[in-house]
Amino acid sequence: MAEKKKKFMQGNEACSEGAIYAGCRFYAGYPITPSTEIAETLSVRLPKFGGVFMQMEDEIASICAIVGASLGGAKSLTATSGPGFSLMQEGIGFACITEVPCVIVNVMRSGPSTGFPTGPSQSDVMQAKWGTHGDHPAIALTPASVQEIMYETIRAFNLSELYRTPVIILYDEIIGHMREAIALPEPDEIEVVERKKPSCKPEEYKPYASNNGDIAPLAVYGEGYRFHVTGLYHAEDGFPTNNTKLIGEANERIVNKVNKNIDKICINEEFYLDDAEIGVVAYGVSSKSAKFAVKEMRKKGIKAGLLRPKTIWPFPYKAVNKLAKQVKAILVPEMNLGQVYYEVERASRGQCEVKGIFKVDTEAIHPKKIMEEIEKFT
Amino acid sequence: MKIAEDLSRVEETEKGDDLPNIVINETYCKGCGICIDFCPTDVLEMRGNLVAVKNLEACTKCQLCDLRCPDFAIQVF
Amino acid sequence: METAATPKKTKKAKQTPFDYSKYIRGGKLPHIWCPGCGHGIVLKSLLRAIDTTGRSNNDFALVSGIGCSSRTPGYVDFNTLHTLHGRALAYATGLKMAKPNLKVIVTTGDGDALAIGGNHFIHTCRRNIDMVIMVYNNYIYGMTSGQFSPTTAQGMIATTSRYGNIESPFDVCKMAEASGATFVARGTAYHYGELEKILYEAIMHKGTAVIDIIDSCPTYYGRFNKFKTPSEMMEKIEKEGTIPLKQAAGLPPEKLQGKLIRGIIYKKERPEYTSEYAKLVEKAGGKSK
Ligand SMILES: Cc1ncc(C[n+]2csc(CCOP(=O)(O)OP(=O)(O)O)c2C)c(N)n1
Ligand code: SF4
Ligand code: SF4
Ligand code: SF4
Repeated sequence: MAEKKKKFMQGNEACSEGAIYAGCRFYAGYPITPSTEIAETLSVRLPKFGGVFMQMEDEIASICAIVGASLGGAKSLTATSGPGFSLMQEGIGFACITEVPCVIVNVMRSGPSTGFPTGPSQSDVMQAKWGTHGDHPAIALTPASVQEIMYETIRAFNLSELYRTPVIILYDEIIGHMREAIALPEPDEIEVVERKKPSCKPEEYKPYASNNGDIAPLAVYGEGYRFHVTGLYHAEDGFPTNNTKLIGEANERIVNKVNKNIDKICINEEFYLDDAEIGVVAYGVSSKSAKFAVKEMRKKGIKAGLLRPKTIWPFPYKAVNKLAKQVKAILVPEMNLGQVYYEVERASRGQCEVKGIFKVDTEAIHPKKIMEEIEKFT
Repeated sequence: MKIAEDLSRVEETEKGDDLPNIVINETYCKGCGICIDFCPTDVLEMRGNLVAVKNLEACTKCQLCDLRCPDFAIQVF
Repeated sequence: METAATPKKTKKAKQTPFDYSKYIRGGKLPHIWCPGCGHGIVLKSLLRAIDTTGRSNNDFALVSGIGCSSRTPGYVDFNTLHTLHGRALAYATGLKMAKPNLKVIVTTGDGDALAIGGNHFIHTCRRNIDMVIMVYNNYIYGMTSGQFSPTTAQGMIATTSRYGNIESPFDVCKMAEASGATFVARGTAYHYGELEKILYEAIMHKGTAVIDIIDSCPTYYGRFNKFKTPSEMMEKIEKEGTIPLKQAAGLPPEKLQGKLIRGIIYKKERPEYTSEYAKLVEKAGGKSK
């Protein structure tokens, strides 16, 4: 393999580069720590590709603008943190029901409210799933290193185009601001999914027609397909309906198009899991400490293993359930007061003990703390 | 005119070459009375909940009724 | 049915009525608006104005928020987008930047544009992005059954101002001008012809064009405030309550009391956002679309 170009960059910059690699040509956002570097980088980079960078009046405008731009054919991104993510929720729901691809980055910080703005946290995992009202699909990725932020950003764009749904990237202040030397992918090295456009006659185009649950192509405004998009429940042709059967079907379809493809969307890293007797399920920054702890335990001959979801939504229930069958206990370290912990407990179905290691003082969970907890089960 | 596609019944009044045609789409008409109230020569009237022509001869084809109808329901030509 | 609408041969050529069918989506009428609601009259003026431009339906995008007025895009055969309450301008901005050749027209209500969407309104005007903003101003929240809005005059009755509204209303035009819009006008549903001309000018203008369109909600505003019929509302509010710009120019302020000025109130050339952005791309060494 040829020696890859390496570049020293920050997590937030890696996100911007990943976006550009994925073909993102529209960014709208509102400054907020600790995500601002994404905006700053893209304000310089996007115009070089003929892309658009816009600083909007708030985060609500930002999420709406990226959906508008996406309907105009541009792959679109916004980035924010806790307070801004809260403001975006209604707009995320709109993107879900209208099935417009877009990517939202939330660099998680301490909350609620202004909290401790520069303090990292992992407390928006549930908001990423249930933040907007109504039943809706959710895809959220949780990269754990600078390199991975770049790759997962590309994957986020691909998933959003493939499934015509918003995709959320969740990482925390620590990885967002961490600097690492990362390998830049060559052009064509990583697959980039392009939007499926309709090939039928404009008169026949139905933007929400789905045969056997496949995803309908999405036309671009201004290219001859004059279609209607609304946040009201709509029939296949996109126009509002109050037919209760169609409403129910449409709601189920947008949720199922993601759930049906869980195996394709969920990616996990497995670390010493084969013979593990004590499992750790960790994501994002906490998985770094967890990995270190597992390595240390192995040195001592303790059979610990790590399951690290790169996709947190949809949740990898199958993988966790399988792990629960195998181990005595699963530990869930996370920088909140218990969010993924409950999902792990649900997936484990009482087959093993599940214990959370929670921390909200804005300091990362120390590997020592995880090691201590692992040792309690030996 | 494709707007006529949805017509359930079209009332066309056409008595002579110089007389106007007043076409009322009864599916669209909501009986708001705007056309009647603004007609300068009192051509129209309400019959039940819908508008109807009572005095075609008086119509000057000013189209006030047509242009102020909110429901695409009356056309004069 | 076609035959019924076709006149018999005549000696004199008959004036043909405007053919809205080119712009109305098949099977979508009758619309949901109440009897006498002004929104339909405004829509008709818009369609005639669009027709005058001679441009294809493909060239227009109609974007709206939530409210009765925001239901407009669903009926018309353009690229249409019905969004969230108050957010139409943000969606429209994103779309315009991705497809600068589209002529974007936003149909919004007084509540949609100025209450929940007030922030987007002033910032869109500030950017002077090429866009037509039609504020269907009926002084009330129609869709949610008649609460007072940011344009409801003091003393008026709504479901949430049963003792008379104590808040001061916004002047849509002054707000637009102060915020940086480069085309500011006022029309009414009553003056349908004048409105059509204003809308045509607004579409042809390059920059943010705001049109304050006074129209009526007979169902709520009318009923609560003792207007007997839709036409009475149109007469009293839209006709008697307004005065053309030219006529107003010669009158002393006392004579203008309680009257809103109609016509193109303000027009100015100022760098437009999409053009400025194209220059920025060039400066950065990128290729513009
Ligand atoms: C976030 C949100 N808040 C409130 C509503 C409820 N709502 C729907 S339409 C509307 C007011 C519409 O009034 P206006 O914009 O003046 O339009 P009109 O119906 O009078 O044409 C409100 C408050 C909503 N849909 N979304
Ligand atoms: S104005 Fe139109 S809707 Fe109203 S009564 Fe006349 S024809 Fe019917
Ligand atoms: S065209 Fe004029 S005169 Fe004739 S019915 Fe209509 S409003 Fe009356
Ligand atoms: S409630 Fe008012 S604004 Fe809404 S359709 Fe009825 S009359 Fe028009």
